[in-house]
Amino acid sequence: MWSTAMNPRILEIRKGVLEKNDVLAASLRERFRKAGVLVLNVVSSPGSGKTALLEVTLQRLLAQGYRAAALVGDLATDNDAARLARSGASVRQITTSGNCHLEAHMIGDHLRDWKLEVEGLDFLFIENVGNLVCPSHYDLGEDIRVVMLSVTEGEDKPLKYPPMFNSADAAVITKVDIADAVEFDRAQTITNINSVRPGMTIFETSAKRGTGIDAWIAFLIAQHDALKSPAAR
Amino acid sequence: MHELSIAYNIVQIADDAAREAGVERVDAVHLRLGQLSGVVSEALLFGYDIAAQGTRLEGSRLEIEDVPVVIFCAQCRAERELESIQVFCCPECGTPSMDIRSGNELEIGYVEYSDEPAHS
Repeated sequence: MWSTAMNPRILEIRKGVLEKNDVLAASLRERFRKAGVLVLNVVSSPGSGKTALLEVTLQRLLAQGYRAAALVGDLATDNDAARLARSGASVRQITTSGNCHLEAHMIGDHLRDWKLEVEGLDFLFIENVGNLVCPSHYDLGEDIRVVMLSVTEGEDKPLKYPPMFNSADAAVITKVDIADAVEFDRAQTITNINSVRPGMTIFETSAKRGTGIDAWIAFLIAQHDALKSPAAR
Repeated sequence: MHELSIAYNIVQIADDAAREAGVERVDAVHLRLGQLSGVVSEALLFGYDIAAQGTRLEGSRLEIEDVPVVIFCAQCRAERELESIQVFCCPECGTPSMDIRSGNELEIGYVEYSDEPAHS
């Protein structure tokens, strides 16, 4: 500062750090909208039951004549994709090799390599990497972000991960069949979800027993129909 | 732990902007970091030094401005700063709100550089 030769200067940038991802996600979203496919980005901690719920969801949607596919993100292994493929839906694994979240370019690249015609789909489920921190920043071009938490995880989970819960559109509480055994505090969980994300749509399900699945499927179909109706947007 | 990859994005964007502007050496990068961004400052600062190596930003400072979450309260008809990101309610009247006006920022505002003495 005391040197006459050194004058501090400012160069304005004003750019989002994740702009590249956001631009790519916006173009994916436009493509999905044109195709009339409802895209869901499913996030949760590891082991909350994403794959089990998706397995039932895919079976039910296919049985009702809808066309559905899933992209499954994991650090390693294609076990989840193999499990979901049993439903008869088109399923593809994205192995992130250690990356803690999915990014928009991974979705674009896999759709291209997969030669999957999104135009022929009603639903595309993106099962994100099990992680409640990193996936919250990365828009994948989805219509709906669904956060799942199981009854075994503790009612304060939403308070521990506010950015993720706040960025989600719907919450699914899973494994309610064992709620009593693990002394799940349902009222407190719902209060906490609404504190971090007022007005969140909440489903309470058991993939094993089929509890709450009707309401969940009805929600998905209503969202899909809304997407197709010209008045929607 | 994704702060390292975010640090690489910051360095790349700032380095590209500096190159385009003919700036050889950057002294500091100013980042606006919203409370809802979920990015941990300490991890980002650690990653930044690594990411900056071999670029116009090597040895520069990353200055982080924390941006609070501000919601619009429909009841008070006013913008209010949240006291906690665990409670999306107006701190004055308690009305819940999802009308978020700021707090998601993860953006580079500007970079600082110095005029280099003329080459002799």
